[in-house]
Amino acid sequence: MREGEGTMKRGVRLLLWSLWIILAVLGGMGLYERITGGHRLAAYGSYVVWGLWVSAYIYFIGLSAGSFLLSSLIYVFGVRRLEHIGKLSLFVAIITLFMALVSILFDLGRMERFYRVYTSPNFGSMMTWMVWLYTVYFLLMLAEMWLALRGDLALWRTQKGIHRVIGRTLSLTQNPLTEAQKQNVRHWLKRLAAVGVPLAIAFHGGVGALFSTVAARPYWHTPLMPVLFLTGALVSGGALMTFLVAAFWPKRDENYRQTVIFLGQVVLGLLLFDVVLEWAEFSVPMWYGVGHEYDLLIKMLFGEFWWVFWVLHIALGTLIPLALLLTKRDHPWAVGLAGLFIAVTFMTVRLNIVIPGLIDPHLKGLMMAFTDHRLTFEYIPSFFEWQVTFFVVAAGTALFYLGYKFLPLTDEESALPPPRGED
Amino acid sequence: MPDNETMKKEVSQAQETKIARRQFLRTTALAAAAAAAAGGIGQLVRQGSLPKDPIGDATIRKIPELTTVPKDDKADPLIRMQEELRRAMAKPVEQRRWTMVINTKKCVGCHACTVACIAENKLPPGVVYRPVMQTVMGTYPNLAMRFTPRPCMQCDTPPCVPVCPVTATWKRPDGIVAIDYDQCIGCGYCITACPYNARSRDLGENYTDNTPALQPYEKQSNYEYGKAWNRQHHDSPVGNARKCHFCVHRLEEGQLPQCVTTCIGRANYFGDANDPESMVSRAAASPNAMRLLEEKGTHPKVVYLV
Repeated sequence: MREGEGTMKRGVRLLLWSLWIILAVLGGMGLYERITGGHRLAAYGSYVVWGLWVSAYIYFIGLSAGSFLLSSLIYVFGVRRLEHIGKLSLFVAIITLFMALVSILFDLGRMERFYRVYTSPNFGSMMTWMVWLYTVYFLLMLAEMWLALRGDLALWRTQKGIHRVIGRTLSLTQNPLTEAQKQNVRHWLKRLAAVGVPLAIAFHGGVGALFSTVAARPYWHTPLMPVLFLTGALVSGGALMTFLVAAFWPKRDENYRQTVIFLGQVVLGLLLFDVVLEWAEFSVPMWYGVGHEYDLLIKMLFGEFWWVFWVLHIALGTLIPLALLLTKRDHPWAVGLAGLFIAVTFMTVRLNIVIPGLIDPHLKGLMMAFTDHRLTFEYIPSFFEWQVTFFVVAAGTALFYLGYKFLPLTDEESALPPPRGED
Repeated sequence: MPDNETMKKEVSQAQETKIARRQFLRTTALAAAAAAAAGGIGQLVRQGSLPKDPIGDATIRKIPELTTVPKDDKADPLIRMQEELRRAMAKPVEQRRWTMVINTKKCVGCHACTVACIAENKLPPGVVYRPVMQTVMGTYPNLAMRFTPRPCMQCDTPPCVPVCPVTATWKRPDGIVAIDYDQCIGCGYCITACPYNARSRDLGENYTDNTPALQPYEKQSNYEYGKAWNRQHHDSPVGNARKCHFCVHRLEEGQLPQCVTTCIGRANYFGDANDPESMVSRAAASPNAMRLLEEKGTHPKVVYLV
């Protein structure tokens, strides 16, 4: 057990474990139903084809791209104040990507045929590009992760118990790394991370473009969408990392404090930029109060689910974090809390992209043309859909916890070369 | 000596810059070449994997001529259209251009076409190829209703075709947009891409689920695209995207689409737009002809007379 874990109060630990167990049990039931019963209990259908799982997919993949781009600040741009959190960022990026892929796999009508995107791809389709790019991105991240951990894993060989076993299995080296080997590792890390930056931008911009290129859905059909997705990824991923570092970093020294404060500043800047983009996203179609999109946005903002936008996204996800980051910027607990609020409520932003795009048909007569629960333009995720998402969250957090415990993610081995003067 | 040392440092710095520049150029060139190669291979793969429909004389069908009924201008439109269909099927597939004309003034909103299509294609719950939209216009006492059946438009520039990640859907030489149920992975992208909401998602339901026994009619195969598809045991087209295909399996046998055959108001015309004598070509040329959502640029092949 690491030093920092003792600082977490027993009550908080108990609460977190209870929460996880509830998620895991409900999630397990959902997983079983999905495998045996297919889409039977899902609320989406032929008109609203994409629902909670696709929203969860774009949410998790945004977290992944954001965490990864944050790690690239370290490995490519050498931002020294973040140098210790590189490994954790990479690991979170890998875990959240895995969560995204599981989520979207369950949404497929024929899960077993997912490999066809690799064997008979159509490169005219944005979906093909997205899948291929995030596959390369995934492999690249695994390579980066191994390289980043190598130094610490080599050191673990000399320790006792489980650390020794893991170190011997994964480090692929006999002795602790020499300075020359460390230099080589850093060199390759920088190269991989440099390739990863345009790759992450391409694939996540591609996720946004997947929606925005669909001319049939005016709500999605805006060039702003890929930019919104990228900004959202940076905000939500950055916020998630901020929370994780603030809450789970074992060593609470001055380094920790400075890192969290810096992360808070980064997240604040990104959040403000995101606010500007969202202002454009809503004000442009709504300014003169006329038009098809105006009606749809009025429904989204002031209809049955007004609270998803105003309470969850604006109040909890934007205003409170802004207040915390502006007034309590020197307090790690406040910065971490702001990160948590932003990261968790960002799911509502994703839901508000996917669902409003599908509930507003061009041919209004279709709403009453045929009575069938799959042929309706209304959609609320069913409990079964939430269960499967609980499973994904439980699995992801379990993997994160295992990595946190059994991999040298928070060890002091730095990703960067020693400060200038010694090169 | 200090001068020599300074010179050595400058020389080594210049060399380093040269090496760095060379490395940068090399890396950039490699990256550009890789991107170009990827793009080229991508295009080749894309071309290579589009389904190749048979064309030419192998696709000619010799449909028997109707001999027991008159086929002149006074005959039932269905008889006349069936004769035109026979003539169209005697041409190779790439010379046919299937078009449907729906006369909304004749449509009484009985929804028989919807039901007949479901029966013909054995559609499960949640899948409907041809719903009939009902619009009420005006206020009491000046009310009117308009009925608009909405099959798949078989667009000339279909927005659903380019989005498929696995090339499971394509436009046939005769204009019908087809789906390969064996290839489709059920991602739903094509369904979001259709502005007419013409595509459905088959989620594996049956009408007699949660009843003591699954009825025999639900266990039978359907014969879309001329192939037997049985949904039992979660086989395709369960999980796939599905849509109207102008009953191409019936056309092969010289039969009009089921919705056209069933219509009690004779509100549908169907035939080969490449045949200027056909009823459908004449009807499509009416001044009150319009298409749905023309501004979307899809060039639909279904024409409405309003």
